[in-house]
Amino acid sequence: MTASTIGAERIGATTAPAKAGTTKGAAKQPGSGAIWKIGTAVIVAYALFPVLWILSLSLKPAADVGDGKLIPTNPSLGNYRDIFTSGEFVRPLINSIGISLITTAIAVVIAAFAAYAIARLDFPGKALLLSGALAIAMFPPVSIIGPLFNIWRATGLYDTWPGLILPYMTFALPLAIWTLAAFFREIPWDLEQAAQVDGATPYQAFRKVILPLALPGVFTSAIIVFIFCWNDFLFAISLTSTEAARTVPAATAFFTASSNFINPTGQIAAAAIVVTVPIIIMVLVFQRRIVAGLTAGAVKG
Amino acid sequence: MAAITMRGITKRYADGTEAVKSVDLDIADGEFVILVGPSGCGKSTLLRMIVGLEDISDGEMRIGDDIVNDRAPKDRDLAMVFQNYALYPHLSVRENMAFPLRLQKVPEAEIMKRVEEAAAVLELTENLDRKPANLSGGQRQRVAMGRAIVRDPKAFLFDEPLSNLDANLRVQMRTEIARIQKKYGTTTVYVTHDQTEAMTLADRVAVLRKGVVQQVDSPRNLYNSPANLFVAGFIGSPSMNLVPGLLTGTSLQLPFGTLELPSDVAQRLGNAQAGERQVIVGIRPEHFEDASMVSDDVKGQGMLFQNRIENIEWLGSELYAYLPYTGGDAIGRQLDQLAGDLDMEQSSGDESQLVARLDAASRVREGEDAEIWLDSRKIHLFDPETGEALARPPVA
Repeated sequence: MTASTIGAERIGATTAPAKAGTTKGAAKQPGSGAIWKIGTAVIVAYALFPVLWILSLSLKPAADVGDGKLIPTNPSLGNYRDIFTSGEFVRPLINSIGISLITTAIAVVIAAFAAYAIARLDFPGKALLLSGALAIAMFPPVSIIGPLFNIWRATGLYDTWPGLILPYMTFALPLAIWTLAAFFREIPWDLEQAAQVDGATPYQAFRKVILPLALPGVFTSAIIVFIFCWNDFLFAISLTSTEAARTVPAATAFFTASSNFINPTGQIAAAAIVVTVPIIIMVLVFQRRIVAGLTAGAVKG
Repeated sequence: MAAITMRGITKRYADGTEAVKSVDLDIADGEFVILVGPSGCGKSTLLRMIVGLEDISDGEMRIGDDIVNDRAPKDRDLAMVFQNYALYPHLSVRENMAFPLRLQKVPEAEIMKRVEEAAAVLELTENLDRKPANLSGGQRQRVAMGRAIVRDPKAFLFDEPLSNLDANLRVQMRTEIARIQKKYGTTTVYVTHDQTEAMTLADRVAVLRKGVVQQVDSPRNLYNSPANLFVAGFIGSPSMNLVPGLLTGTSLQLPFGTLELPSDVAQRLGNAQAGERQVIVGIRPEHFEDASMVSDDVKGQGMLFQNRIENIEWLGSELYAYLPYTGGDAIGRQLDQLAGDLDMEQSSGDESQLVARLDAASRVREGEDAEIWLDSRKIHLFDPETGEALARPPVA
């Protein structure tokens, strides 16, 4: 199943470079082992050093932030305590989780139906629909942010959850439709016909046979959509003004320190670490499901 | 269980091509009917029209007493075994077989009972909790059949079920299918391009060519009394020798000799024989014999001729001799078309070859002349224009 491995590789490459690198190196023959190990080490260091630096910053008290040392001299969890008690982080975190989850859920459900129709049916305008969806996904968000701001102000969507969920959907749906359509195309049509002959309605065939087999695809697109929403900064900073809908990436820009005379660098670093954790957990949890070739053995290959 | 009745069944695509042309076929309750033909003859399309996966452009399809033209597959109560088995990979063998019953909302205890029974019949009991990916080809095939059996449907439909198995397993599963069909006595329609399967399994065989049914008959009648050139050439392996012949009165002139038509053949030809007439003569390989192996009282009922033996294949129990002859091109056009339909090699030049199945004890040698006997009682005559059989032997 090519689609699942491509999907898995993409996830692996963007979020877990260290892991992908080591497994690849181990698979090579002994002769080239040294080169692989050095290469892996370089890539891992390059990819993880900034993360490590942020982690180090988040553990330093405000006075030590500028000391330029990787290992904090007086490590403390003070910054974490600060951001979780001050309130200017907790509420955005709830916003981030809520908005991302709702967008993901809606986008995946709608995209599953749309992609199924695209993969299975021949209808007029199918090519136009697909290329149109792709074009929208490629659209630079910054070019619509101005008009959107005005429209949202006029319609009352400004600074609300739906106000962010809607524009996220316009970018998340095409992504999800394309990913899922690729997965649905890989599932043998015979399985669906077998289900119909066995007495299933088209909806039952979809729910009991096609969807379980497309689960790796569903998870892949869910993760892509979730990460897109979770990481967005542009829409979040432009279309929100208060804590009612402001998400973490936007909120960190408004962090205030305990005193007016110091930068809230430590808190920002702590916030960055906190928002990275859910992504890492999600990928680790779903990785196996994504990679698992669920359709193996469906038909004789 | 139910009979399947087709009247004028036609499949027409949007561009006007017809894959299936006005098929009339009656399949009796409990009968095992095989649809056979070369690839692209429309046999699978016809099967898919019975089950409802293809729309019927024209005609009437009845299952039992109901017209099912506009019914969805799920409402036709038929079970189908797909060429690639189409097992649900995310479900265990048990759940694969239970799937149709769960959709029918059969009580759980009843489902388990029927699945266990079918598994016992198919020798799958030990594999019930495994996933299809962990099964061998033959076991997957059994699961696909199990999924059909548990439902007790009106008919079983098989779409080339054995084509993905290796040769040994194919023979084994063939007898398995025959056993199961007999045990349950369910009406069965089976599609294959393999004439061995057709001849060994079927009560009746329907031979299709380009979407048209050529002949529907028992395997024995198809072999002994083919309705036309296509059926004659398709059924039998090695296939029937087709040579040009010139009919004058009751004598038939072949490229390698002249024979006297047996009286019953001449009688059946009746008034069709006016003056000289060009025909195509069909001779099965086994109706040749090494003349020295034929007893004298039988010799008179056939024709003797001398011919060079170009090649010999000795198979232990039988022997195939290849006999070159000239003058076969008189019917070339008709036969080339046939060869194209049957995916056979086309004869080139004016030298043609007979295949003769001789007694294994025969002493004929490669490269030498031999005296060959041809049983004239067993010849088949065909019209060179229409390809229809002339003076067909009465069917048993």
